[in-house]
Amino acid sequence: MLQIISLVLENKPGALMRVTGLLSQRGYNIESLTVARTLDPELSRMTIVVDVDSLQRAQVIKQMNKLINVLQANDLSEGPTVIRELVLLRIRTAQESRTAVLKEAEIFGGRVVDSGVEGFAIEVTGDPEKLGEFVDVMAAYGEVEVTRSGALAIALDSKKLRLQPPVSTVGQGHPTPLHK
Amino acid sequence: MSTLMSGARMLAECLAREGVDCMFGYPGGVTLPFYDVLYDHQIRHVLVRHEENAAFAAEGYARATGKVGVCCATSGPGATNLITGLVDAMMDSVPIVAITGQVTSKLIGSDAFQEADTFGITRPCTKHNYLVKKLDELAQIIHEAFYIAATGRPGPVLVDITKDVFQAQGHYQPVTSIHLPGYKVFTEGHTGQIRRAAQLIQESERPLIYAGGGIVAGNASAELREFVQVTDAPAVTTLMGLGALPGNHPNYISMPGMHGSYAANMAMSDADLLIALGVRFDDRVTGRLAAFAPHAKVIHVDIDPAEVGKIRTPEVPIVGDIKRVLVKLTKLLVETPAEPDAKRSAARRAWWQQIRAWKDAHPYDTPVSETEIKPQHLMAEIDRLSGGDAIIASDVGQHQMWAAQLCRFNQPRLWINSGGLGSMGFGLPAAIGAQFARPEMLVFAICGDGGFQMSIPELSTIASNGLPIKIIVMNNGHLGMVRQWQTLFYNNRLSAVELEAFPDAEKLAAAYGFKGRTVEKPWELAAALEEAVKEPGPYLLNVKVTPFECVYPMVPAGGALNEMVLGPPQPVAVPGT
Repeated sequence: MLQIISLVLENKPGALMRVTGLLSQRGYNIESLTVARTLDPELSRMTIVVDVDSLQRAQVIKQMNKLINVLQANDLSEGPTVIRELVLLRIRTAQESRTAVLKEAEIFGGRVVDSGVEGFAIEVTGDPEKLGEFVDVMAAYGEVEVTRSGALAIALDSKKLRLQPPVSTVGQGHPTPLHK
Repeated sequence: MSTLMSGARMLAECLAREGVDCMFGYPGGVTLPFYDVLYDHQIRHVLVRHEENAAFAAEGYARATGKVGVCCATSGPGATNLITGLVDAMMDSVPIVAITGQVTSKLIGSDAFQEADTFGITRPCTKHNYLVKKLDELAQIIHEAFYIAATGRPGPVLVDITKDVFQAQGHYQPVTSIHLPGYKVFTEGHTGQIRRAAQLIQESERPLIYAGGGIVAGNASAELREFVQVTDAPAVTTLMGLGALPGNHPNYISMPGMHGSYAANMAMSDADLLIALGVRFDDRVTGRLAAFAPHAKVIHVDIDPAEVGKIRTPEVPIVGDIKRVLVKLTKLLVETPAEPDAKRSAARRAWWQQIRAWKDAHPYDTPVSETEIKPQHLMAEIDRLSGGDAIIASDVGQHQMWAAQLCRFNQPRLWINSGGLGSMGFGLPAAIGAQFARPEMLVFAICGDGGFQMSIPELSTIASNGLPIKIIVMNNGHLGMVRQWQTLFYNNRLSAVELEAFPDAEKLAAAYGFKGRTVEKPWELAAALEEAVKEPGPYLLNVKVTPFECVYPMVPAGGALNEMVLGPPQPVAVPGT
């Protein structure tokens, strides 16, 4: 089943590779992955949708949390969450279908971002499943080309980011917390 | 206070500050500046003959002491040669730091001479890795690397350093703190879960302690002994946990698993409570998972949260430092003893009787022949000379299993072997690392004739450093474990397992300037081993053993522990003939 994971990670070289590498290494298939900076430019937030056996869901989160650059990994598959995705779709359509295409786009809350003799470019945001339907509908009117952003998700209940305090280095194997 | 120095010198300063007295490596083009610093630095650099063995030696050093082992290689092929050792350390949770050189930062990505994407290649082979392209990050990263390698669940950390960073001049300021906001080290176990664990232990009728490498890595052997004494439960230790409990401890059964003892496997299968301490329910231990410990509730203590519940969902999960958890758990058991319960006491007595009966019924088989040396005979003789006090670094294969079965260890960190990855060629370089770490100790390197030939170049390292390692080759002329599987599961079609033309051990050792000998008669064995041990320098003893012996007991792949095969199939009379 699909699992939605929200990650906060340090914006460091190789951090993305660590996350994707871990997923492939442990045999989990990535359905989609989005990443961008957060309000704090040193941190990124990543939303990953993976196809994983439901028994393995906790294991995926634990493995993510083991990555040094990952500050927090949460399973958003359960609990109150908003999930959105963006679709950019270009459609080539015959003159007589143009009005119908615009009507359909309107039903899905779409917005025309470009218009030409041959057709339109339309952007729609929404629930990933709904977007799938939108694409299917459009395909009925002509040749489409589609690019999707992948799912973005945010939990509606706040999860406090728990960070580890600095430690002093007093030699091999015996680090002591600076603040107790 | 800051001092102007090169990146190469800064690296050496950081290593010294981490207490590194000895490192294993192989120089090359981009690490030249660092080797120039090492020329007159206090850190002892041991030149190995292949980078893979630098990683194995660093592991041997770390496994023998618990300190972080250090290895070093140049860019490109130097770095890629370290990979097996890194994965090996990852699988067995061994703290090592690998330093690799990288081409000048401006050349990265240009397919420069000896360039390889070490950072990318080693990502899945390490607990964490770094690429240092700026001098002002170097000191901080080196200390972070040691901290990550040594704390929590230990593991390998690689630091890839570009040549320009080695060469650049900068102000060195000793690092006083490190901040890794996303690195969580779980120390204290959950008090409520520890209380539940104590309750389960007191209620159980057939408890079994299943202790592993976590006890060794967590330096919790003394705490384990306390715990065993208080619970008076029987205990098994995994391949990685040998020595966690002394081999002659009255509560100790032996090793469970694919080649574990009858008693250990039967106990696993019949226990009503498994107290799993620093173990990961490896497939070589559990056999067919659906049939593993079917009657047992499980208490699982581990410092790595991802191990708890990974394979088997425990009734009581405890994530924490094993040493601290055991102290708390033992204290709780002592302070709140169980109500006397006649039925439970009787059940516990019956459990012990059962275990003793299993131990008596099928101890490990140690056949002795009058004409040939049996491999088990060899291990028993090594055990006699070691008395449980020598370091035994083993390679991988049949000899490893027989040594694990038949050699005792009075303490942890004496048994050094490649458990998780099963890397052939590990034994000899690991023995080198261990001997450098513990120069006063008697160190055996037990190898098969296959693995030994993978590490022959290191005879030169042993000779040039005068390391008094006793190299014992259990020579059956075959890749014995693969041959065993071909015999048992592939109709004895022996494919690519015969090792012909093994070199003359005496001449081989003599070529390196030390003593060697081949023995093949059982009556020569004891004296030959004694001679090897008495020799002040290195010794290569090639022991020709019966070629077609199989390791038993054996749980066939996919079998349950209590379906183990105890010995070769007996000839069956065919009816009517």
